[in-house]
Amino acid sequence: MQKVNRLQPFFENLVFERDDNTMIVNFGPQHPSAHGQLRLILELDGEMVTKAVPDIGYLHRGMEKMAENMIYNEFLPTTDRMDYIAASSNNYGFAHAVETLLGLEIPRRAQTIRMMLLELNRITSHLFWLATHALDVGAMTIFLYAFREREYAMDLIEDYCGARLTHSSVRIGGVPLDLPEHWITKLSKFLDKLPDDIADYEGLIDQNRIWKMRLEDVGIITPQMAQSWGCSGPMLRGSGIAWDIRKEEPYELYDEVEFDVPVSDTCDSYGRYKLHMEEMRQSIKIIRQVIPMYYDSEPEILAHAPQYISAPKEQIMTQNYSLMQHFVLVTQGMRPPVGEVYVPTESPKGELGFYINSQGGAYPYRLKLRAPSFWHTSILQELLPGHYLADVVTIIGNSNIVFGEIDR
Amino acid sequence: MMRKYVDKKNVQKKPYYTNRFWVAPQIPKEDVLSDEIFANDVAKLKTKFDIKEAYIQRGQLIVYIDANQNVEVLAYLRDELEYNFLSELSAVDWLDKKGEFEIFYQMLSTSKRKRARVKFFIKEKEQIRTVSTIYKSADWGEREMYDMFGVIITGHHYMKRILMPEDWFGHPLRKTYPLHGDEEASWYEIDKIFGKEYRDVIGPENRDSSRVDENDTYNFSRIHHEVPFGEKHSEDIVKTDYQEDGGIFMVKSLKKSDSKILKERP
Amino acid sequence: MAQHKINYLSEAGLPVALTTVDKLVQWGRSNSLWPMTYGLACCAIEMMATGASRYDFDRFGTIFRASPRQSDVLIIAGTLTKKHAPFLRRLYDQMTEPKWVISMGSCANTGGMFNTYATVQGADRVIPVDIYLPGCAPRPETLQYALMLLQKKIRKESASRKLKPKRLV
Repeated sequence: MQKVNRLQPFFENLVFERDDNTMIVNFGPQHPSAHGQLRLILELDGEMVTKAVPDIGYLHRGMEKMAENMIYNEFLPTTDRMDYIAASSNNYGFAHAVETLLGLEIPRRAQTIRMMLLELNRITSHLFWLATHALDVGAMTIFLYAFREREYAMDLIEDYCGARLTHSSVRIGGVPLDLPEHWITKLSKFLDKLPDDIADYEGLIDQNRIWKMRLEDVGIITPQMAQSWGCSGPMLRGSGIAWDIRKEEPYELYDEVEFDVPVSDTCDSYGRYKLHMEEMRQSIKIIRQVIPMYYDSEPEILAHAPQYISAPKEQIMTQNYSLMQHFVLVTQGMRPPVGEVYVPTESPKGELGFYINSQGGAYPYRLKLRAPSFWHTSILQELLPGHYLADVVTIIGNSNIVFGEIDR
Repeated sequence: MMRKYVDKKNVQKKPYYTNRFWVAPQIPKEDVLSDEIFANDVAKLKTKFDIKEAYIQRGQLIVYIDANQNVEVLAYLRDELEYNFLSELSAVDWLDKKGEFEIFYQMLSTSKRKRARVKFFIKEKEQIRTVSTIYKSADWGEREMYDMFGVIITGHHYMKRILMPEDWFGHPLRKTYPLHGDEEASWYEIDKIFGKEYRDVIGPENRDSSRVDENDTYNFSRIHHEVPFGEKHSEDIVKTDYQEDGGIFMVKSLKKSDSKILKERP
Repeated sequence: MAQHKINYLSEAGLPVALTTVDKLVQWGRSNSLWPMTYGLACCAIEMMATGASRYDFDRFGTIFRASPRQSDVLIIAGTLTKKHAPFLRRLYDQMTEPKWVISMGSCANTGGMFNTYATVQGADRVIPVDIYLPGCAPRPETLQYALMLLQKKIRKESASRKLKPKRLV
């Protein structure tokens, strides 16, 4: 059955007998702890990494090219597949960018629903980060516990939009649906339970000797490094720079809720771990404040802009003009004004930006996705040298990279 | 028969209908003086460099500079004007319309809480100097720009393709590159793994993902219409379960009547 | 000396089960399928969820292995790109016979929504696939069902069978 094909035997994996007494190790692209398809070519002196060359692109699917050949609404489900651990945050980033391009005003109820989804996504993403990171470092129990809570959060998202992983839960101009019945009750129940669970995780690994030995003083990113390499999100705040786009350039209703931006001055992996845990608590705090806002808002979930946004479903079904306009918007697509925007949002991984260049056509002329993980992966080439081979796994896991958005 | 001439300058998909009388509105460009911080920044930049145009759009400053001064302008922005992040850089393909690439650098100042975009135009074959000496984040950004557009950067320490394989042909984000790839791209994996002689054996790509060949019982076995390997397909419904009727030795078989459905999570 | 009352025929039947070697071997194979941790994209997250606490893949006898030499099943979980395709073939070649392939999700089946220059339009252009699993991303239950179908397929096969010709070399 196994016939010979063109592929040569793969001897690049290990290279011995070099003049300078170093060894070249190929890591990936299919390594269980590479968090996707990262290929690292490491030069080792003994067990110490002296040079690291990350190689990416094994999941490049040409999303930017796709965007240039699609109407704006059509592209929205594609954004799900960028950061597939927190899909709604990508949907939101794109929808928010297009709304900025159009200059739309979003109804308040849609904003509250979006915020709940965004923060819920942040929680699932951080839980997933904790699970896989701990699994890489060697803690299996955390993986099973964190996935249990993540499933509960995903049940909530599934109740809202019907999908577990690829949500498409945000539309340009609002949200597709109002919250289902009893959803808030279920959400509150989840939020009541989650702090205890986070305390459980911390009880398991916070003072765990192995966890501390493997994370403390590993992967130190100085503030200068973080700025120069364009870090964002927890990677930046882990270096002592308090920059959270939700706080500094507030979008949606983030200026109306109270929350802290956790910062770690230790600059190492352990500090970033503590920061992620604190961020989950802050997300809980934000959702709790948003729930009363939801009840106070008018039941309108889509912006009123007949030129760009379809009317609500009931109106489409009952009124002739709305149906015609919906048909035109679906078949031809909206045509935003000429201009360009760059809109950053704070995704769980960091600054997720969409640069849209519109020439007034139904398709974007150019769409650039600024994915935080891309820049967090590029820092590996400076971060890894000087660490032991075993620490490489810790650093990759800790930097929370997702290959869907690196390669796009 | 002559093949119909198709212009290859821009092979992107076009909307099938556009109103001839429709004029797209513009996003307003505000004057730089409307924002104090930006006005100050632009005034300082103008003393040193050749600023071609500057305006504010949707709250962000856009500055057009000279292509030869990109390194100096960015160094000045970082050192003097406190733009400490280069969050994004890329290009826009205008080869079809103007014969140029538009390069943009997206800057962020955390101390001033402002974002600015530095832009310039270059000709197709023109090379630009690297800014990865100023901001290290430009390292991969420039590699991606080279990979996707073929913009050549001088002075970069590792100017290689980043997203596409090394032996890839063409630069995918150019407007002349089709979405489905060129001839080279469509056979890439076959050539690489099996060799060119296997192109005929494996056949061309099926780009219509909704196409299902019902008669192909070599590769497919439709659930509930299963037939033995290689035989003609049939429309008769074969009721199958995931287990054989008699059950399997030592493997518990689930009876649907035994299962309990919970109304609420415990 | 204790006297045992042994009368298999009347008491509880023979402590022997009669079967063919074929069935026994395939029964063993089907109940200890070890998939490889071959996560490519989004579906890998669902594959992990299948292995985690709620869905508990281990009860099917599937234990994820990190090495192709130790694994029987290759679950292609995610988009296969042209840059990655040679690696998939290489890993498939490294797996020992008998081996099976589950193509998980639309991207691995047909290229799915990524109908672009960089995506392989169906993993079956590179390696032969046993089970195609629809969905984007398929739910964990779907993956479990696919595995059960694969188990059934294995039980049907003969252990010493001559390998059926598949389309790809």
